[in-house]
Amino acid sequence: MSEFFAMGGYGTYVWAAYAVFFVVLAIDAIAPLLQRRRALRELGNRLKRQAARNSR
Amino acid sequence: MNPLVLWFHKLGSPPYFYTFAGRLLPWLYGIALVGSLAGLYGGLVVAPSDYQQGDSFRMIYVHVPCAWMSLFAYLFMAANGFIALVWRIKLSETLAMAAAPVGAAFTLITLISGSLWGKPMWGTWWTWDARLTSELVLLFLFIGVIGLYHAIEDTRQAARAAAFLALIGVVNLPIVHYSVIWWNTLHQAQTVNLMGASKISASMLWPLLTLAAATHVYFFASVLARSRAMLLVLESGKDWVRTLAQNEAARSTEAAHV
Repeated sequence: MSEFFAMGGYGTYVWAAYAVFFVVLAIDAIAPLLQRRRALRELGNRLKRQAARNSR
Repeated sequence: MNPLVLWFHKLGSPPYFYTFAGRLLPWLYGIALVGSLAGLYGGLVVAPSDYQQGDSFRMIYVHVPCAWMSLFAYLFMAANGFIALVWRIKLSETLAMAAAPVGAAFTLITLISGSLWGKPMWGTWWTWDARLTSELVLLFLFIGVIGLYHAIEDTRQAARAAAFLALIGVVNLPIVHYSVIWWNTLHQAQTVNLMGASKISASMLWPLLTLAAATHVYFFASVLARSRAMLLVLESGKDWVRTLAQNEAARSTEAAHV
């Protein structure tokens, strides 16, 4: 098993490359989730304010 | 009109696209995840080590699929930008602008993984080799498109200006692709050839192709997810988005009371 992680002496480079792949794509995958949630929340708040203003 | 063309027209309507993409997304993410896990298993465990590069060659499984994706993403962005400029289709503007950050992400991975591969194999993290330089220019083009899009207040005008920049940048694509043939510098020539025989054994090739397919599926998932979020902002004055926002607000207040 440790042989597998050593990657014939290239472990640092190989695993760093895979780590970059996962970290960058994980950030890329989360970004649209946050954007969508923020867009809906901001619009929801705006509509609520509008409704409150109109009811006065 | 033929039903496929009719469906394509319908897909251009933001509310229909939003629902359709939302239904498609879990499948795309699922296929991309399963595909990349299978590819990674094949690349890291099943494939034998290279006779020259030993186990360091395993970096090919992140480097090459991401490099292909960087070009594919740019082509996708430019094609949608072209449609946006010529036919002024709102969805194409959105798709083009949604592709830019995903393409930038893949280009960044390509450059970093290439650098990590270059150190043990070439003895240097970076060199101004034709392939490396043109790929760096590709990253700057993506960043330029994103920057221009965010610099202009009016979103639709911004998308068209950025689409124009993306179209000009297309000249860089053949330079990236043919750089290893035109200039004889450090980066090796292509190993995998779609049109002819590849210079790689089948046990090493199938994980690579699996990962290439998985990253393509992931690209579309990310672009669709980003487009959905962008459409909500673009169409925030429309009834369909208002209804969605009101439902979401009702759900969140309900959750707060529990």
